Amino acid sequence: MPEIAINKDKCKGCFLCVSVCPQGFIIAEDELNIRGIKPVKFKPGGKCTGCAMCALICPDCCIEVYR
Amino acid sequence: MDKIYAHPKSLRDVSTHYCPGCGHGLAHRLITEVVDELGIREKVIGVAPVGCAVVAYEYWDFDCSEAAHGRALAVATGIKRVRPENIVFTYQGDGDLAAIGTNETIHAANRGENLSVFFINNAVYGMTGGQMAPTTLLNQKTSTTPDGRCAQLQGFPLKISEMLALLPGVKYIERVSLHSPQEIIKTKKAMKKALINQMEGIGFSLVEILSPCPTYWGLSPKPALDWIKNTMVKEFPLGVIK
Ligand SMILES: Cc1ncc(C[n+]2csc(CCOP(=O)(O)OP(=O)(O)O)c2C)c(N)n1
Repeated sequence: MPEIAINKDKCKGCFLCVSVCPQGFIIAEDELNIRGIKPVKFKPGGKCTGCAMCALICPDCCIEVYR
Repeated sequence: MDKIYAHPKSLRDVSTHYCPGCGHGLAHRLITEVVDELGIREKVIGVAPVGCAVVAYEYWDFDCSEAAHGRALAVATGIKRVRPENIVFTYQGDGDLAAIGTNETIHAANRGENLSVFFINNAVYGMTGGQMAPTTLLNQKTSTTPDGRCAQLQGFPLKISEMLALLPGVKYIERVSLHSPQEIIKTKKAMKKALINQMEGIGFSLVEILSPCPTYWGLSPKPALDWIKNTMVKEFPLGVIK
């Protein structure tokens, strides 16, 4: 099944990936990252389709996609 | 499982100093993707501007130079003429390319230098605190136009891409945007074309990229993209200009 890997410590919390995920499976993390902001995480149990829109729009290149 | 989207090799794996949702990070990444795909990492030389992207060379893992404010195309002209075998591009903001550097921009274009230009239009001066740029829209509030840009006082948004398109030395100009995944794909295609044009000796190519500045537009990252889509493209229509 496709999946994404998020570099949470590089994430600046702009949430542009959240706005483009067609499944709505990218959500805010509860914990703060090393920068002191809440990064994003993949919703536990969500089914990624591997469309890679999140990786495409991420301004900080925090997301890699596997399919 | 295959990695279908991987971190580009030409992009250093470091955090940038850009604000959350800033378009510079995205534009930097697209350039490195294109450089990797064209296999020109050992041949490319980038010229960084003065502006928020002043330390772009800290992020690009290929040869770079830095130019004084607005002079990127003059520096790039020198590099390309001495080393025609290299692929030379400039990366410039609207303050850099269309205000202090207008002169260098117009003359490099008019000479038809075989260069690729990536022009980041975010409608403000980002680095210095969100002042009005030549590309600021009418009624847009900036730190130097607190009541909004007024045509009578500050003139109209400068369409430098359309102006440059009049010059016979210019071979390709396209305006693209970073406001959605579809537009990002088009931006990457245009960047690739601008570099291929240079590799084939076709000549001066410029890609104007409408790019979000959430901080100085006073918007969150997603509303900043919506502002490009709903407002900015009306003043700066997308597509091939030449
Ligand atoms: C000769 C000179 N004049 C003025 C400045 C101050 N200055 C630094 S960046 C900048 C404008 C940058 O705006 P832009 O090119 O649009 O890039 P952005 O920061 O928005 O990416 C100015 C006026 C300078 N560094 N050097």
